[in-house]
Amino acid sequence: MTRSHRDESPDRLHVITGGRSRGADDALDAVTLVVAESAPAPGMQSEHAAILRLCRTPTAVVEVAAHLRLPVTVVRILLTDLIDTGQVTARHPAPAPSQSHPFASPDVLEKVLVALHNL
Amino acid sequence: MHSTTSEPEPNGVALPPTASRALKIAVVGGFGVGKTTLVRSVSEIRPLDTEETMTRAGGGVDDLAGVEDKRSTTVAFDFGRITLDATSVLYLFGAPGQERFWFLWDRLFTGSLGAVVLVDTRRIEHSWYAIDRLEQQGTPFVVAHNDFGVEHDLEDVRAALDLDAGVPLIRCDARERASAKQVLITLVQHVQALVAASAPTQRSAT
Ligand SMILES: Nc1nc2c(ncn2[C@@H]2O[C@H](COP(=O)(O)OP(=O)(O)O)[C@@H](O)[C@H]2O)c(=O)[nH]1
Ligand SMILES: [Mg+2]
Repeated sequence: MTRSHRDESPDRLHVITGGRSRGADDALDAVTLVVAESAPAPGMQSEHAAILRLCRTPTAVVEVAAHLRLPVTVVRILLTDLIDTGQVTARHPAPAPSQSHPFASPDVLEKVLVALHNL
Repeated sequence: MHSTTSEPEPNGVALPPTASRALKIAVVGGFGVGKTTLVRSVSEIRPLDTEETMTRAGGGVDDLAGVEDKRSTTVAFDFGRITLDATSVLYLFGAPGQERFWFLWDRLFTGSLGAVVLVDTRRIEHSWYAIDRLEQQGTPFVVAHNDFGVEHDLEDVRAALDLDAGVPLIRCDARERASAKQVLITLVQHVQALVAASAPTQRSAT
């Protein structure tokens, strides 16, 4: 286990997010895949630039967080900035299981089962 | 202290450019029960560490005001992945089982295909809360008893967990890829059985 951000200066996280506490896109799940739509621009906030480099291919929100070594909460806010300006898009395919539809679709389950058998 | 300006380290293969759907399965259990080991046994990448934060006041998980005050709670978790095909990828999350981490479970269980509860019979109480929460949320799950050298009768384990007869309970060795794989297969087959069982009601309702 790497060291946790528990000991990280709150000031630094405050700076990264511009002090915002809300406004992250609620549709961004831990596994939502995000893709960069443009290259980093000069003078851009370093975390934004790092996200654009990392997301040249589709990358899950949680992978962005792990690679940037930032809490998922912070990354969702940073990603929301980039989505708002069109520099990143989130891929939202068929709805995931929810309380009203608790199970994944039969096709999805079959696909997972086949992949697991092939491991 | 971590530097956020350093380049992200490449870790295994990138997802295909056509990837559009990510599925998830949560692996939950107490400290040292074998969550990371199970994820590592089947993952195509070395498990990665990350964390979630929330305020203890119980507000939104996104309330970053919490990061700045003493009431914030941070919980570390890790994950691995299995690319299924050109469009789909499955993420496996290892999350601690203690009750105080419910906010992380809600985050991870929501929208997940299902969950695996790992049980170490030396600390069986670490699994109770997660099982309660999964039952309440209606998230399908299976229970895997990680064998740390003490063989317990599975029916005794089931009784100690007060586990419904319909929930699969299996033995596993998370260090073995074949065994870890079998746990996940058992979960997916369990969900398939639940889908099949719920199908007639759906038909009559429409
Ligand atoms: N005997 C045995 N040891 C295991 C098993 N799974 C994990 N371990 C060992 O238990 C220790 C803790 O495992 P870890 O995966 O880090 O636990 P976590 O805290 O739940 O992520 C490691 O030394 C593993 O090698 C198992 O199924 N059987
Ligand atoms: Mg672990």
